[in-house]
Amino acid sequence: MGRGMDKVIANWADQVRAAAADGRALLPRGGGTKDFLGRQCAAPPLDTRAWRGVVSYEPTELVVTVRAGTPLAELEAVVADAGQTLAFEPPHFGADATVGGAVAAGLSGPRRLAAGPLRDYVLGVRMMDGRGQILRFGGEVMKNVAGYDLPRLLTGSLGTLGLILDVSLKVLPRPVAEATLRFEMSEADGLARVNAWGGQALPISATAWEGGVLHLRLSGAAAAVSSACQRLGGERVEDGEAATLWAALREQTAPYFQQDKPLWRLALPTTAPALALGPQLVEWGGGQRWLVSDASAEAIRGAVAAQGGHATLFRGGDRAGAVFTPLAPALLGLHQRLKQAFDPAGVFSPGRMYPEF
Amino acid sequence: MMETAEAVPGTAERDFGGVDGAALVAGLQAILPAASVLFDPEDLRPYECDGLAAYRQLPRVVVLPESEPQVVAILRLCRRMGVPVVARGAGTGLSGGALPHPQGVLLSLARFKRILKVDPLSRTAVVQPGVRNAAISEAAAPHGLYYAPDPSSQIACTIGGNVAENSGGVHCLKYGLTVHNLLRVRGVSIDGEVVEFGSEALDAPGYDLLALVTGSEGMLAVVTEVTVRLVPKPQLARCVMASFDDVVQAGEAVAAVIAAGIIPAGLEMMDQPATAAVEEFVHAGYDLSAAAILLCESDGTPEEVAEEIARVRAVLEQAGARDIRVSRDEAERLKFWAGRKAAFPAAGRISADYYCMDGTIPRKRLGEMLQAIQAMERKYGLRCINVFHAGDGNLHPLILFDANVPGELHRAEEFGAEILELSVALGGTITGEHGVGVEKINQMCSQFGEAERVMFFRVKAAFDPEGLLNPGKAIPTLHRCAEYGRMRVSGGQMPHPDLPRF
Repeated sequence: MGRGMDKVIANWADQVRAAAADGRALLPRGGGTKDFLGRQCAAPPLDTRAWRGVVSYEPTELVVTVRAGTPLAELEAVVADAGQTLAFEPPHFGADATVGGAVAAGLSGPRRLAAGPLRDYVLGVRMMDGRGQILRFGGEVMKNVAGYDLPRLLTGSLGTLGLILDVSLKVLPRPVAEATLRFEMSEADGLARVNAWGGQALPISATAWEGGVLHLRLSGAAAAVSSACQRLGGERVEDGEAATLWAALREQTAPYFQQDKPLWRLALPTTAPALALGPQLVEWGGGQRWLVSDASAEAIRGAVAAQGGHATLFRGGDRAGAVFTPLAPALLGLHQRLKQAFDPAGVFSPGRMYPEF
Repeated sequence: MMETAEAVPGTAERDFGGVDGAALVAGLQAILPAASVLFDPEDLRPYECDGLAAYRQLPRVVVLPESEPQVVAILRLCRRMGVPVVARGAGTGLSGGALPHPQGVLLSLARFKRILKVDPLSRTAVVQPGVRNAAISEAAAPHGLYYAPDPSSQIACTIGGNVAENSGGVHCLKYGLTVHNLLRVRGVSIDGEVVEFGSEALDAPGYDLLALVTGSEGMLAVVTEVTVRLVPKPQLARCVMASFDDVVQAGEAVAAVIAAGIIPAGLEMMDQPATAAVEEFVHAGYDLSAAAILLCESDGTPEEVAEEIARVRAVLEQAGARDIRVSRDEAERLKFWAGRKAAFPAAGRISADYYCMDGTIPRKRLGEMLQAIQAMERKYGLRCINVFHAGDGNLHPLILFDANVPGELHRAEEFGAEILELSVALGGTITGEHGVGVEKINQMCSQFGEAERVMFFRVKAAFDPEGLLNPGKAIPTLHRCAEYGRMRVSGGQMPHPDLPRF
């Protein structure tokens, strides 16, 4: 680490300590591509982009350690050069997305269905807490149960627990072969089919149903993909068109997301029936459903909770209200005490997740 | 001003000597039937240790609740009386995580053994914590599904213990650890509050407390119900066995497999002393002249497996394998694995006692570690046989000793400690899947700095401000680390190695 880089972190530590002493807040922020997420937070941004670059990457270890301010696209290019990939397909939502922002947001793309969420890939972090202390948790190895799993606690915490400095991520080989199939069917049939297929040894890496059409992506060994194509039938989508389709889903540039109403993310058991809340876009084998709707939060959350799920006001709507499903009192207490443990003065992103902390 | 460490609850040892044992037993008897509260020393004896038998301690009392309200009432009572609580599943853990507390309650979850639901469509099972790991896969088998994490103790260990330890197994390179295969954990806090971590959906609002609780070694909550993910059973699995003349070369072959873009279902390595120990025992057909053998398993559809096996074979040949055999049928595959799976019993057969280590290191340092272990064998005058989850760099060196020979247990512990310290120095960790427990608590002082350890106590206090759940485990007090730092001198040589230590 160069002298100049040391200074970047020392300067941030000074800012954090000063803010804690004066009762001021700071908002860790990379390229600002995910500013729309969570609740609004008026705190002045602490721009992480001065802290960038890949710290270490050895493809045979399947681990890359990278500074939080590194552009996500840059990291993806580095691992792609070695034939590897971030298997959880993190959404960028803009060219300026950073790795730190992706981890703090904790979002995963279409491949989450097969590969698991971003948090499964977080092996270690170096972070700054609300006291300006630099702490290192986890590491650069696949299996590690020494100490509490704080790297995964930080993942998806929307910058409320601390400032992520470096993160070690597990990477995987890019699939050898991919194919996308198209089927015409109703939402109910689509849900039934993807759940049934999920119980069979098929290399399905992504699903998307919308407007009477189900798309299925297969990824894996060439032989496995071609035999699955034969078995499943459907209409093969040309590769270029398929790449565009999955990218538009991952980045929410598809037409469904361009409507002028609030966008809700419904997380549900995959087998939950089609919900009568209006037209939806269904991903992750039924586990993630997008809903563009003006309906009240109560109506949406009530219908989703009845199926064992939770609903997030993802884009638009009232950003000062309950963007995330409110927590049960015992859980809220735990959240508040964890926030207190990491950030006793409430410096980092207050209220971004819940109004209470 | 920085807050001083002393202000953080839990960072100093606590004395529970003031607990009124008679009142505690009476309180517990008011909650549970008389037969579910054990306090006679003879009845307590079966609970005095877990899989790490070198550490033994009788608890004050053992309780065997069978419902969540009973667990709630027990924890409320313990909280009110300031009594330590140690939760226990099957007691197969290898790090002493379920070692009882002398003044405390040992809370056995053995009676929570119902499988509440297996849903083939959503590919989930809802189970109580005392359900055995293998029993979940057995219940899912009629649907062509199974529960992927397969710790070696899977026929006995329970899912509650797996959650507490974030258990792994031989297939976790491809299928993940316990944390990757859970949807929801329901537990009870020390305050007696029932809390749900995760959900039946793929995620839950708020912080990822499911990940935090998984692997927390019974320090944050007592698990009462678990929803696990089930996965389709692969149609076919085949195993490649390759012999190498040199352990470093075998280590490089592991890296070459990964570099070729292959993530095998299992990738295991055994050194010559290990193959020699097990061959006599199970007759797996291992190449006893090889310095090391690799077992590389491929699973999936028949086409997928054929394609992957061909690639693996080419990579291993290129990496200098002297001999390569591919299992021709299921019987032969199981035979290849039988030796690997028998490594621990084989160690127990050729040696009075053995001590199993669990460090994880970057794969590229495997050769270096093996050479260092050979030097340590000479230094401590003890033999060590090595089996590795090579694919993810997780080592299980088995140090052979005889506890009846004065000084051997101590030397085995010193040997183990040096392996763990080297794991940290090589950029790895002191425990890949067995947990810290009491066994590796000193090495936590090497793994983490004081600021990190203080943060662990703060996290603990967020759940358990009085430090009643499993005290003295997993996270060392600042005092202990200070003592440990004074005891260690460079080169791992202890001052006065012949003095007994407690």
